[in-house]
This record gives sequence, C-alpha cells and structure tokens, in this order.
Amino acid sequence: MIYWAYDPYRIGFSRFTLFHFFPDTFYNATHVQHKLALGMAIHFAFAWLFAINGIAYVVYTLASGEWRELAPDSRSFGEAIQVAMHDAGFKIPLPPQGRYNAAQRITYTAIILMGGLSLLTGLAIYKPAQIHWLTALLGGYQWARFEHFWLTMGYVGFFVIHIAQVIRAGWPNLRSMVSGYDVTGAEAHHAD
Amino acid sequence: MPINKDVAPTAAEKELRRRTRRGFLGLGIGTAAAFAGWEWLMSGAHEEDDIPPRLRAILRANEAVVRKTIYSNNNLVKTWPASAVGKIKPNGDVGLDDDVENDDWRLEVVPFGQSEAALKLDLDDIRKLPRYEEIIDFKCVEGWSTVTQFAGVRFSDFTAKFARGSANAPSVAMQTPDGEYYVSMDMPSALHPQTVLAWEMNGEPLEDEHGAPLRLVLPVKYGIKSIKRIGRVEYVRERRPDDYWAERGYDWYAGL
Repeated sequence: MIYWAYDPYRIGFSRFTLFHFFPDTFYNATHVQHKLALGMAIHFAFAWLFAINGIAYVVYTLASGEWRELAPDSRSFGEAIQVAMHDAGFKIPLPPQGRYNAAQRITYTAIILMGGLSLLTGLAIYKPAQIHWLTALLGGYQWARFEHFWLTMGYVGFFVIHIAQVIRAGWPNLRSMVSGYDVTGAEAHHAD
Repeated sequence: MPINKDVAPTAAEKELRRRTRRGFLGLGIGTAAAFAGWEWLMSGAHEEDDIPPRLRAILRANEAVVRKTIYSNNNLVKTWPASAVGKIKPNGDVGLDDDVENDDWRLEVVPFGQSEAALKLDLDDIRKLPRYEEIIDFKCVEGWSTVTQFAGVRFSDFTAKFARGSANAPSVAMQTPDGEYYVSMDMPSALHPQTVLAWEMNGEPLEDEHGAPLRLVLPVKYGIKSIKRIGRVEYVRERRPDDYWAERGYDWYAGL
C-alpha cells in the first residue's frame, strides 16, 4: 500500500527493464495512485496486526507442541524434492508423511521465518535513525527496502501456489483445513 | 470409492459434517468481522485530503511508543564519506515563488512565551555561530534517498544563542517568508545534534530551488519536515502546530 507515489519496482538490470511492477493498468483498475499518505497510515496500522498475529501463531504452535508436525527434520529436505517433483507431474511415489508432507513442513516454516524477517526489515526502514544498528545489520537503508519488498513478493508467490495446490487437492483437503479434522483409514468413505 | 447414498452415514462422518459446518460458520463470521473492522477503521469525518481519524489515532499511538521507548538524541544518523554524495533532486516548490535576495532576507525569531518576533536576523548574524557540516542520507517520504552534504549551524546552537530559554517549549514551528509552506516538530527532534540550519549544500551556496538562503535539515525525520527558505522560527506551546503535509494526511511526527 506504500509504493504508489514512487514506483521504482521492476525486474531488470541497470537501465534494462524486464518487467515493471504495477503497470498503468493496475493503477487505473485500483484507483490507488497518489494515495501515499493513506497507504502509509494503513501500513503502519496493519503492521501491528501482522506482528501480533504472527507472534500469537508462533506462541500457540510452540506451546501446543504442534510445531513437531510443522518443523522440518533431517529427512524433509530430501523428501521435499520428491514431493515437488510428484506434484509437478513426474511419476515419482510420495514418501510417507504425517499431517504435513516434507515440502509443506519446509514451506510453512520458511514463511514464519520470512514473517520475522519482514518485521525486522520493516523496523529497519521505519526507524533507520533510532534503530541504526539493525538497519546496518541488514545492509543499510536501501538494502533493507530491497529485502522488505522481495519478502513481500515471496508471500505473493506462496499465496498463488498455495491456492493452486488447495484447488488441486480438492474438497476433502479443504474440509480438513476449515474444520481442523480429517477422516482416515477404514471409516473414510470419500474417493481417494 | 464413491459414497453410497443408501447407506446411513457413519458416526465419524456425521461428526465430521458437524465440525465442517462449524468451521465454515467460523470462517464466515471471521470474514464478516474483518469487513466490519475495515469499515470501522476507515470511517469517521475528516477533511478531504486527510486520513480517517482512527488511522490518525494509530499514527499518534505509534509516535508515543517511539518517543517513550527508542527515541534518543544519542542515536545519530549514519554519516557518509564525501565520495558517497549523490545529486539530490529538488522536490517541492511550495513557498519558493517569491524572489528573495539574500541581502533583503531576514529570519524572524519568536521566543517561547512571546507572540511577536524578538529578533530579525540576517545571514551574517547566523554565520557567527560555530560552523557545522554533515554528510547524511536525505530520506524522502516517497521512498528515495540521496546522500547529501550540508553545512550551516546546529539548530541547538541557534536556539541557545538567539532564543535563550526556548528549549523548554514543547514544539517549534517554521514557515517560509510568504507563509505558503509551514512545518512543525517536537523539541527533542529540533535539538537533535544533527539538526542543521544550512546555507551550503554539496560544497556550494544553497540554490533557490533547494531553499536559499537558509533551510532546515532534519535527518531524524523525512524530508517533508526539512523546510526550505525559512522566514520565521517560532517556539510554541502547542503540541502539534500547523504542518503543511500533516494537513494532507501524512504522519505529523514523520520520525526516522
């Protein structure tokens, strides 16, 4: 919400631009151009929600012991490649898994680490004078901006793939996501 | 294996259906609450260019947290070598329309507790104070920043010399000679050791478009506070005196 007044976001090298973020059609469709002040206010309000929500999730996951099902173990990194290739259409059998497969364990843990990094890079940009040591640690003001931006792009990528995978996995999976429960084994009546 | 509709659902399936209904109900309530919360946050009467009052209240709460916890005049902005200096763009010309000759220009100083200018200083009066020079990364609220050299006098030295006792005022207000651009700031930020009244930029006398003859450089805040071509400095009791960009929706504090 904060990028609209100054728009240097692009993928490219030097003066060559491969892709310019937020093309004019985007601005025309969303009517957000030149609302930097509002965007900043919303950003600094929702940063609190982001931080509190993230901390609550981490505290609950640790306290409940559910982190054991989410954190990757020594086998996860090898198995995750098998899962990714299986999902990509290769005829590779899935390794045995608990509630979450190896790729899920790595992704869901990485997204939490990214969230923590977003908070740190955000603080480094927000108060580069008062928390100058943090800004310096992250490579300086402009590097912290770069990192903060690409972490956000990472969430967009996560979101798109996640939604696509949920649609592919179908109704029983969505049902288990929403209800928190799944039926397995002899009592399962759904097609598998 | 497809579900056979003639067979009565098992206990587990019944339970799962119940929990699924409950899950979707919760999801629906959560979504409705999120929409209601957004509407609540964005509602309330405000001036056309300003932001909704609840967002403004959050900005003020953020300011209070920062000022009570991490703000200190011992925290210095990073300084850079001369080789890092870039070319800063002039950004904003509000208040710079009139032609001010340096010889005719005067800086009015209104000390704390007074309503009239006690002093009208020319540039030579101010130059008598110890020269202070810094190379800092000047940061715009729009996101860009440019390493720039400034030279002049510390605002804390200026206050001690020309407005004795005014350091006790809660705020400082400044405006251009024509009054078109005006800023205000909290006293701690104004007295920060890197806050400068500058007449020199990148080794040259300040150009008109950068605020000749004298401008403020406030590295602990975004550039919107670093007013160009100051005509009047006033030490005031109000907590948030009038501020050009704060009236247009930006955070009044704008601290870095």
